[in-house]
Amino acid sequence: MVQFSLDFAHLLAGGLVLISFMLLYQDRMFGLLNVFALHAVVLSLSVSWQAYVQDAPHLYITAAIALGLKAILIPIALHRVVVRLGIHREIETVGGIGLTMLAGMGLVALSMVVMLRVTGAADPLAREDLAFALSVILLGLLMMVTRRNAVSQIIGFMSLENGLILAATGAKGMPLVVEISVAFSVLVALIVIGVFLFRIRERFDSVDIEALDEVRGDRS
Amino acid sequence: MALHLAQWCILALAFVAIGAVVAPSSPRTIRTFYAACAAISIVVLALAARHLLTQAPAETSRLPIGLPWIGARLRIDAISAFFQLIVNFGGFAASLYAIGYGVDEESPKRVLPFYAIFLAGMNLVLIADDAFTFLASWEFMSLSSWALVVSRHRDRENVQAGYVYLLMAAFGTFALLLVFGLLAGADGHYGFSAMRSASHASGLAGAAMVLALVATGSKAGLAPLHVWLPLAHPAAPSHVSALMSGVMTKVAIYGFVRIVFDLLGQPAWWWGLVVLAIGGATATLGVLYAMFERDLKRMLAYSTVENVGVVFVGLGLALAFKTNGMGSAAALAFTAAVFHALNHSLFKSLLFFGAGAVLHGTGERDIEKLGGLIHTMPQTAFVFLGGCLAISALPPLNGFASEWLLFQGILLSPDVPQWGLKLAIPAIGALLALAAALAGACFVRAYGVAFLGRPRSECASGAHEVDLFSRGAMFLLLAACVLTGILPGLVIDAAAPVTIAAVGESMPRQVSQSWLNIVPIAASRSSYNGLLVMAFIAFTTIVAVRAIHKFASDRLRRAPAWDCGFPNADPATQYTAASFAQPIGRVFGETVFRTREKVDMPAPGALRPARLVLSMRDPIWDAIYARIHGAVDYVSGRLNVLQFLTIRLYLSLVFAVLIALLLAVSIWT
Repeated sequence: MVQFSLDFAHLLAGGLVLISFMLLYQDRMFGLLNVFALHAVVLSLSVSWQAYVQDAPHLYITAAIALGLKAILIPIALHRVVVRLGIHREIETVGGIGLTMLAGMGLVALSMVVMLRVTGAADPLAREDLAFALSVILLGLLMMVTRRNAVSQIIGFMSLENGLILAATGAKGMPLVVEISVAFSVLVALIVIGVFLFRIRERFDSVDIEALDEVRGDRS
Repeated sequence: MALHLAQWCILALAFVAIGAVVAPSSPRTIRTFYAACAAISIVVLALAARHLLTQAPAETSRLPIGLPWIGARLRIDAISAFFQLIVNFGGFAASLYAIGYGVDEESPKRVLPFYAIFLAGMNLVLIADDAFTFLASWEFMSLSSWALVVSRHRDRENVQAGYVYLLMAAFGTFALLLVFGLLAGADGHYGFSAMRSASHASGLAGAAMVLALVATGSKAGLAPLHVWLPLAHPAAPSHVSALMSGVMTKVAIYGFVRIVFDLLGQPAWWWGLVVLAIGGATATLGVLYAMFERDLKRMLAYSTVENVGVVFVGLGLALAFKTNGMGSAAALAFTAAVFHALNHSLFKSLLFFGAGAVLHGTGERDIEKLGGLIHTMPQTAFVFLGGCLAISALPPLNGFASEWLLFQGILLSPDVPQWGLKLAIPAIGALLALAAALAGACFVRAYGVAFLGRPRSECASGAHEVDLFSRGAMFLLLAACVLTGILPGLVIDAAAPVTIAAVGESMPRQVSQSWLNIVPIAASRSSYNGLLVMAFIAFTTIVAVRAIHKFASDRLRRAPAWDCGFPNADPATQYTAASFAQPIGRVFGETVFRTREKVDMPAPGALRPARLVLSMRDPIWDAIYARIHGAVDYVSGRLNVLQFLTIRLYLSLVFAVLIALLLAVSIWT
């Protein structure tokens, strides 16, 4: 049973990493949002499996929040934003998919090396979970760096946050308060960013963040 | 008892500061507040004197303020008490002077609150007994004095001086923080008692000594960290200049004594060499700067640099002797150092008060525009002369007594076993002798140009004498200079417990010597009697004056023969300060300051005047500060690009740093 629970946890965490890779090469908005919703579903599965294995019922709440907020509410909200901004037909140029994927693989390898070496004494369940979580975080960052569209950057940021939750639930005994506050902060961030998106759009007729740099008065 | 009352006095000073903020700024309230500062200083002074003279044991206490669970530890011992004596006598005199002088300040509320906090901070440094309290009160002292420096903030120069001062003070405190970090060790014992009893590894203790020298030297004005001193000291109002120059530098010296002599334990032999070399260089350089300075107050600040160098030579000598177990020689050198510190606080305060009086009477600090003040300000001229004599180390005044003791210590250097020290100490003695001679020339120049001759400008001829309180403060300090000069034995005996605390032994008891002699080691070697010298000088002077009057003056007639070559000439034909400094400038200036003289002669028949242009460079500024400035400028110019990146580039930078750190973790195990 122990072996099985470990394997299943690894399967789910590994699935999360895989979906992060899928996020990297999506060049259409709706596709990106759908994959992100999948990301959140797998996260909530992983968290509920942890709740079951660790016998920690409060983690079910975390899983529910992840499912409700990130898999349903936020994708739907962003969906409507994309439609209203009228960018759902745009194809985003992601510079060099092959190169990005290679960099992503390097990041996963790096996080494995770092985590497996550093957490030698930790519980094996938490250990590899942490390695996967770090991979998800790094891939989220990589996505933020490579994308130019503000909506895709939000998605990158949220997938990064998913990695954080994965790391936190893998370690035993994360208080529910922390999780709820994290969830709220993400929600607030979403609202703020959403408002800003429309403001940016009003001003510059574009949500391409490069447009912001062009009008900055203090460029030398 | 003494410690308890000292705490209350510091609290009272804090209340004075608060009161000064809320009270209306009428001349009467300002006088009252300065009088309160004077009264508090005199109470602490009396306590400290009692502590020293009764040779009371050290007292400690712990206040429940400051860091949680640690509190503030306070302690008063002989070293603290002696420096309390210096600080509070200076504080008393400055407050007395300010009762008259401080009223005419254009915005007294910018000065008075910080003045009280400044006094409180200095007193608190002296009784602090743990690193945190020491650093906090040290910062109180620095910041309040900074506020005093920029109190006349409308003058651009003052703001700039304040900026340089703030930088140097921050640098010094940072070094001090590192010293305490090293001393506290891995367990973090921040109390001085724990540091004192711990045994420090030799390398660590050496590093702590060097850092302590840098930290306290930056506050006291050791070269090359002295650059802020001639800028900041003159910028403050004169009674504060006197406190900063005469007293705050002594608190810095106290910091050095406390850390190196008390906390670090047995010194290594090279410590003495380092301190001696820096002290000797500082003394010579300081007086050379002073020699060429036109601004009266700035010249006094440079002279402070010189005297701090002299004190550090004494301390270095004491370290050198202490390493080799030469107890009585170490006691002699240490006594000379603290005695000179006391003396310097007396005559430097006096001279700054005099400069303040001149500034008040004439509105002018440039000595080339003064002259003939002895007629308009006779009393100030008299006390200023006394201060000049004392600082030039002329017997029978106090400057001579302490420098004589110091040279007695230098004469003992052949007994030191290390060859480095054996060769270095006489060389530094020669530097010190040079500095003493140049200091004499420097003050002859200052006094001669400012007070003698004929007025060189309108403001000098319209000078007026200062008020009663200011003159009272100056006469008080002059009396103290004379008393410590003719009875140095009393001071040496009072410093005996300090010497025991610092180097383990003390000089022979002086009061029991016959005829009030002072005897450094043994009567057969050498001795000095200030009273006798004073009596001899007084006697010969009276005889000479009477003889001249009897045989010469009576037969003298005033007649305008050739009138020394310039009848009714312009005052500008007088010998100027620059002319006085020129020969010395030709000897030392070319190597030290790279002076260049350029004579600009008009063509024959042209009507314009000939000019002599003298250009000087500050070697330390060029060698160190200008380079640091250039490097910071270059680096910030390069990094400026970082302010104008795109959002994505910023994100990429963060990402790259994260990856680099992770790589470092994975490679480094």
